[in-house]
Amino acid sequence: MQPRTTQFRQNSASALADERIQRNLAGLYSGFHSARIDASSATADWESLRARGHEIKSHVIENLDYYLNTLADSVERAGGHVFFAKDAEDASSYVVEVASKRGIDLVIKSKSMLSEEMGLNERLEAEGMEPVETDLGEYIIQLAGDTPFHIIAPAIHKSREEVSDLFTERLGAPRYEDIEDLTKEARRQLRQKFLAAGMGISGANFLVAETGTVALVTNEGNGRMVTSMPKVHIAIAGMEKVVPSIEDLAMFLRLLIRSATGQMLSSYVTAVTGPRLHDEEDGPEEFHLVIVDNGRSRILADEHLRESLLCLRCGACMNACPVYRKVGGHAYGWVYPGPIGAIVSPMLTGLSDGKDLPYASTLCGACKEACPVKIDMPRMLLYLRKELTQGDSYPEHRSADAAERLAVKGWRASASSDAAMRATNLAARLGQALLSRGGEISKMPGPLSGWTDHREFPRAQKPFRSRWPLGDDAARRPRDER
Amino acid sequence: MSAPPDRRRVQLFVTCVVDQLFPDVGESVVKVLSALGADVEFDTDQTCCAQPAFNSGFWDDARPVARRLLGQLDPSKPVIVPSGSCAAMIRNYYRELFADDPVNLSRVNRLRPHIYEFTEYLHEFFDLDMISRLLSDSPSKDGVAFHEACHTKRELGVDAQPKALIDMMPGVRRVNLPQAEVCCGFGGTFSIKYPDISGAMLSDKLDCIEASGANVVAACDSSCLMHIHGGLRRRGSAVRTKHVAELLAERLKQPA
Ligand code: SF4
Repeated sequence: MQPRTTQFRQNSASALADERIQRNLAGLYSGFHSARIDASSATADWESLRARGHEIKSHVIENLDYYLNTLADSVERAGGHVFFAKDAEDASSYVVEVASKRGIDLVIKSKSMLSEEMGLNERLEAEGMEPVETDLGEYIIQLAGDTPFHIIAPAIHKSREEVSDLFTERLGAPRYEDIEDLTKEARRQLRQKFLAAGMGISGANFLVAETGTVALVTNEGNGRMVTSMPKVHIAIAGMEKVVPSIEDLAMFLRLLIRSATGQMLSSYVTAVTGPRLHDEEDGPEEFHLVIVDNGRSRILADEHLRESLLCLRCGACMNACPVYRKVGGHAYGWVYPGPIGAIVSPMLTGLSDGKDLPYASTLCGACKEACPVKIDMPRMLLYLRKELTQGDSYPEHRSADAAERLAVKGWRASASSDAAMRATNLAARLGQALLSRGGEISKMPGPLSGWTDHREFPRAQKPFRSRWPLGDDAARRPRDER
Repeated sequence: MSAPPDRRRVQLFVTCVVDQLFPDVGESVVKVLSALGADVEFDTDQTCCAQPAFNSGFWDDARPVARRLLGQLDPSKPVIVPSGSCAAMIRNYYRELFADDPVNLSRVNRLRPHIYEFTEYLHEFFDLDMISRLLSDSPSKDGVAFHEACHTKRELGVDAQPKALIDMMPGVRRVNLPQAEVCCGFGGTFSIKYPDISGAMLSDKLDCIEASGANVVAACDSSCLMHIHGGLRRRGSAVRTKHVAELLAERLKQPA
């Protein structure tokens, strides 16, 4: 997917102006977000699970080489092939090569954000192959030529009417009013593809090092069909997806599913290990695991950001984020939106291009509170802001904003002494006398004009420091009406 | 462990926002603390905790201002801060700011346990009964909505304390505020960088406040209240904003 992280401002403005998007986004609070809180409150050991999840994933990330090697050995032992891809191009070429070798031109896919990251569908199409998304949300996105709006619910920004129009236009289907009829239509369409496809491409929610197992969580069962019906199955996964053992997998499934949708268990959990063996009845003849770096080792190398690789891609931080719930997924301009996206998208696609993202947060901490593996997103956002400003570790990404630098110098001068604070206060009170006569200020000039588009600006008062020490009178003085 | 600090000798870090924009909040804090018998020290040379620069990424500019405050605060006496986010800045983020400066880092670590958000301090050192005896029935009957300011709640874990104080105030009914834990959209410089996103968040907050039926919205952070207040006034709403310290101070019995 082509990064559009530079367009955060424009794209967030258009999301704010779109009433339907605003309605759908508001639904996340009463929907996924509340469901997650209910599910986690109903889980007695939730806090210790989170702590354990954080600990295990941190251990894996600190020892990633070891676990990836173990994983690769296990996959090969189970009869599968492993390919380590350094970037998207590398990974896509491998997939194309496997498909070409077997003369495959129809590929079915289950939902994978990594595939979006790689632009895999575009690549397959360019090679004359037909990729078909089988997750309903992704299917809609693919038909519409759109990009995912949310990592768990990619088409959450689309209304039923829009989907209905889309199906009529693209599939020649009758106009359905009911979501159930729309789903049935998609099933009818997809069934043909499932039967005819030569290759299934899945993502992976987890990779189990000790067994070489790929685990997929879905509610539609499409993941199971993608990984078992075609004769070739390729799983693509970011290198951070590995967990040590099957016991760990069980624990991470509890964390992931509760956090993603608020379910105790998803409708389907699929665990596949290698291709079909000679005594087995189902499964692909060939199995490939493509483990993708695509910038992740850059994150791994930075001790301040490494923690972001713990991410389970559950989406809870997006649902919890009051900024995401206003600007939606497209504003962030790449595959991963919301608080975690504001960290990993700039790191994977270019920090200074994504310079608006780390600032698109009030640092309210709702993300950190929601995260099943306790990722401290506010701390990393602060670090990225520092890097964008000072460029200590990434000097080439230092993004100078002269006006802001000047404002900070002014702040620093005013905060340098008691006398400077008093002088600033005096200047503010003189200035505000020009802008309003008593009461708040309705129109501020320059960079503060945006503030007064939505709210009154406060008035500076005779400062506390000038009232100190408080006499008995001062303490009883009638209070200003505010 | 050092000896327990004397609860009666406290230092006020009033914060720049309270100093410049809401001095009444500072006065209220002092009135309440004095009524409880505390001796409040205030160093007029203090300025700012450096959060605005720190949060904007200007750590090199933030450091001298933070170092200044660090030198002024005495790590042997409670520091009372009438703002959750400034208290969190000192308690939680000075460690990041001085991570590579062992001398100041050790000072930060000595100071951290003595940093108290105002209501947190009242809870830790006084019982509710004692505070309650100082209050008289206020002439105004208030329906108070408590806004759970983000840093007060999530960074400091202070939430039950102010609610208990409000619940015990005579003449006050605490009303249920829907989505009380959702950010008001201020975020310091966020509201200047992204005024429209911030404004949309504020608008949701104001809807919830108006739906609550409250005539007062209270919090432990004057910055959030400034933002909410600005929005309420723009809407022409009659709902007022008050710091919890103000609610307490206006109910203090006048000394005989
Ligand atoms: S950062 Fe945490 S909450 Fe956000 S998607 Fe990743 S695991 Fe989920």
